[in-house]
Amino acid sequence: MTVKLYIDAIRDAMVQEMRSDPSVFVLGEDIGLRGGVFRVTQGMIEEFGEQRVMDTPLAESGIVGVAIGAAAMGLKPIAEIQFVDFILPAVNQIISEAAKMRYRSNDDWTCPMVIRAPFGGGVHGALYHSQSLEAMFYHIPGLKVVIPSTAADAKGLLTAAIRDPDPVLFFEHKGMYRSIRDDVPDGEHVVPIGQAAVRRVGTDITVITYGLMVHYAMQAADELEKEGISTHILDLRSILPLDKQAIVDSAKKTGKVLVVHEDNKTGGVGGEISAIIAEEALFDLDAPIVRLGGPDVPAMAFNASMERFYMLNPAKIADSMRALAAF
Amino acid sequence: MVDVLMPKLGESVTEGTLGQWLKKVGDPVQKYDPLVEVVTDKVTAEIPSDMDGVLAEILVEENQTVAVGTVIARITPAQKSLESVAPVSASPTIVEHQQTVKKPQQNIKPQQNVKRFSPAVRQLAATHHVDPHSVQGTGLGGRVTRKDILLAVSDIQAEQKTNEQLVAITPIRRTIATRMTDSARDIPHAWMMVEVDVTNMVRLREKHKRSFKEREGIDLTFFPFFMKAAVEALKAFPMVNSSWTEDHIIVHKDVNLSVAVATEDALVVPVIHHADRLSIFGLTAAVADIATRARQNKLTLADVQGGTCTLNNTGAFGSIQSIPIINAPQAAIVSVESIVKRPVVVNSDAIAIRSMVNLCISIDHRVLDGLVTGRFMKYIKDKLEAMDDSTSLY
Amino acid sequence: MKGDTKLLSRHQELGLTDDQVLRMYELMLSARMVDERMWLLNRSGKIPFVVSCQGQEGPQVAAAFAMDPSVDYAAPYYRDLGVVLAFGQTPRDVFLHMFARAEDPNSGGRQMPGHYGSKKHHILSGSSPVSTQIPHAVGMALAAKMRGESFVTYVSFGEGSSNQGDFHEGCNFAGVHKLPVIFFCENNRYAISVPLQKQVACEHVADRAIGYGFPGVVVDGNDVLEVYRVMKDAILRARNGQGPTLIEAMTYRLTPHSSDDDDRVYRTKEEVDEAKRNDAIAVFRTYLQNAGILTEQRETSIKNKLVEQINEATEYAQNAIDPSPESTLLHVYAN
Repeated sequence: MTVKLYIDAIRDAMVQEMRSDPSVFVLGEDIGLRGGVFRVTQGMIEEFGEQRVMDTPLAESGIVGVAIGAAAMGLKPIAEIQFVDFILPAVNQIISEAAKMRYRSNDDWTCPMVIRAPFGGGVHGALYHSQSLEAMFYHIPGLKVVIPSTAADAKGLLTAAIRDPDPVLFFEHKGMYRSIRDDVPDGEHVVPIGQAAVRRVGTDITVITYGLMVHYAMQAADELEKEGISTHILDLRSILPLDKQAIVDSAKKTGKVLVVHEDNKTGGVGGEISAIIAEEALFDLDAPIVRLGGPDVPAMAFNASMERFYMLNPAKIADSMRALAAF
Repeated sequence: MVDVLMPKLGESVTEGTLGQWLKKVGDPVQKYDPLVEVVTDKVTAEIPSDMDGVLAEILVEENQTVAVGTVIARITPAQKSLESVAPVSASPTIVEHQQTVKKPQQNIKPQQNVKRFSPAVRQLAATHHVDPHSVQGTGLGGRVTRKDILLAVSDIQAEQKTNEQLVAITPIRRTIATRMTDSARDIPHAWMMVEVDVTNMVRLREKHKRSFKEREGIDLTFFPFFMKAAVEALKAFPMVNSSWTEDHIIVHKDVNLSVAVATEDALVVPVIHHADRLSIFGLTAAVADIATRARQNKLTLADVQGGTCTLNNTGAFGSIQSIPIINAPQAAIVSVESIVKRPVVVNSDAIAIRSMVNLCISIDHRVLDGLVTGRFMKYIKDKLEAMDDSTSLY
Repeated sequence: MKGDTKLLSRHQELGLTDDQVLRMYELMLSARMVDERMWLLNRSGKIPFVVSCQGQEGPQVAAAFAMDPSVDYAAPYYRDLGVVLAFGQTPRDVFLHMFARAEDPNSGGRQMPGHYGSKKHHILSGSSPVSTQIPHAVGMALAAKMRGESFVTYVSFGEGSSNQGDFHEGCNFAGVHKLPVIFFCENNRYAISVPLQKQVACEHVADRAIGYGFPGVVVDGNDVLEVYRVMKDAILRARNGQGPTLIEAMTYRLTPHSSDDDDRVYRTKEEVDEAKRNDAIAVFRTYLQNAGILTEQRETSIKNKLVEQINEATEYAQNAIDPSPESTLLHVYAN
């Protein structure tokens, strides 16, 4: 175990997999000499050369499309999209092609690839460097969508994603790259995709969330504990597939559920989680399921106070938790 | 003096390392003059002054790493820039405010009617026979919460605790309860008992008891002798080895004998499959194996499935008569009672001391009648009474 | 034999034997006859949809014939029946696909007709949004380069599809990394109903190649030996590490876009009739006859064989079993 930054844990997973499997390679914009705009791939070109750490032309659909072709031939590409905001030109490739390759060919052709992209706000990224677009993809069967919240999970889940025989979208909250550090296993570390993790055991209210909001919810829960409110926190870790059993179990635990995501509320993952609970745990519910998400505006603004207004924070989450506990 | 803060140099950057200071304490600085080099994960940059003045203090030395927002120096502003009293940094956004701009919208409405209960409250109240109207609510607007009900239930249970002890129902106990209730309710039971003279069988067992133990390593009990006779009877009277369904009666070709085994807290009924293919020795080994595993909780699903008739060793508890409940969907269950020595009238109207045993049977009267049952029991009786020194165990 | 002997031995100059050119002719004819059968089945209500290759079989077969299907890969577009047959799928395979039967080698009954793809035939699975296959082919070529393998990837598309971003992104990527891929544009002059002059402002799609840093070649698609020649050149370049080539084969679609299209509203019958006279199959037939390779007897025996094969294939596919409805749920992810 070594305490590592989230960003270093991500690199760790890629480097370890590339060392053990020559078919793994990374491609994307500025990932070579520059090491990626966030430095996730820093130093990798020195070890693996410019073919396996490939700077591509600036064209996202091309990056993903080329990765799909390479994956079809048995390579295991890890495509980096510089910001999730710029994944949209590649959505046709992701949804029409990657997600459907196995299905449409009746299990003949496959697409074992990973698409990594930083997402999330609170970093003065404004409209086009702050978005959370995971809800667009979690509706698409054939894809997997993973959003780790700890450094250890970042390594373990990315390792699992690289080894996965199907396409995995791996979303990294950019605000966590250098603010989150925890114990990361040194050697091979695999966290299976599709299993949520209980981050805190409690009896009064349940918070279900993922990504950076896990940390905010934990901070809010610390506050509430001083007020005598006990919080149960479930970190989804992957939103496709969703760990339904863990969601239902966590909901039953307290009967009061708050679902939190940074993504805007309408049509977000929170809606699906609420529906699952309503379907599976009605007679354990002691309060309406509450969703807390960003406001339904196109994206967050550059202006700092507008950005703060948009972003959730521990205080906003604590307010919602308190209200739910009091119900 | 005005603070110079470590700026946030990049979207994901949370800290920076100071490079060379480009001004010394006491140096005059012009607005936009570079003050110090800063190295972060993402960039190397020079931090400019935000005002005219004099560098008054350097608080962070070269090569030190500090968090974004840390005060790294102080500048005494020139007279004309005195109006500027806010902390200085390359970006005005680095001072993060945690306060909520506006209370988040809650979609929880204050409870209009305290007499309306959540699904969880209704469910718990029904399960524990609590009237939710009688419970004091502590939720919003006096709403009765799930916790309130659980508290009320534990209060009631605490009261009851004074004069009775509550024993939790284990899952296996609940399963037994359900199956017994179903069988007693659905199957029209009828009963019969025969008494059997097993004096010769007892002698047979006495004769082999010691050598058997030495040879096979297991105890030779009476039970396998009864099993042997019962299995042969089932082959002779297949209707007893059957099951009632609403459409027809299923007559089983295999004789899979269920054997009741008592454990500390439950009764399990594992199955000896194809019992008709086993000798007395084979039955002894099979029943020893299955009873051991039952007591060690090591039975597999296959071990407890597929029984076609049950033999119950109630004699082991000292019983001399019992009325067993059928192990549905079987059609019969036979109890072997205690072997007791009694004076009985023998062939020549003499009185002799004989080893006697009662065999009790419960039958599903939808499938079986007294005639077949009587013949079946007589068959077992004859088989047992015919056993003698020459009967083979193998 | 008569006429200019130099002209008549064109195929020999290209290294093609008489048997090989006859095989090419048979494949073109097979594609045409299978296609005609598909229309009959559609018009008699047996299959719901047809998308056609008629008019384009010549350049398709010639391009595929230049490759080695045991080594090379194809990412064909939906009209490439000629390529698919040349890569080893049989008329039976094609009809199983048309009827969406369980045995459909392309998709097990999941995809519309014309959506080919089977690993054993080295044909990548395709979809309906156009041009998405172009970056895929580039990725396949990248795999060849990274692993040091010698296979070449062929990817085809219509001239309309050359307007998609994926065309530009794929070509540019391949140009930058000098990848062994051949972009084969079958310019049939219509993107469904929109004519060439409303599609592109430059004279030729091949002109675009200069922007990606590799050669663009325009070839008369009705001259199959010339198509074969430029393909061979492109394959040589690819195998030598000299990078991609964009080939634009000028051809014509003799049928409406699909069984649901009516082409009379956007082009004249005269234009179509004129194109039929210049059809690659007819031109090639004349060449083979003049070269003394294709006798009337031979032609009849080829046609009879194909009719028999296609009848058998239709019959087989029509009677083949459907996939189970519940198989809908299979293969979303690996097991």
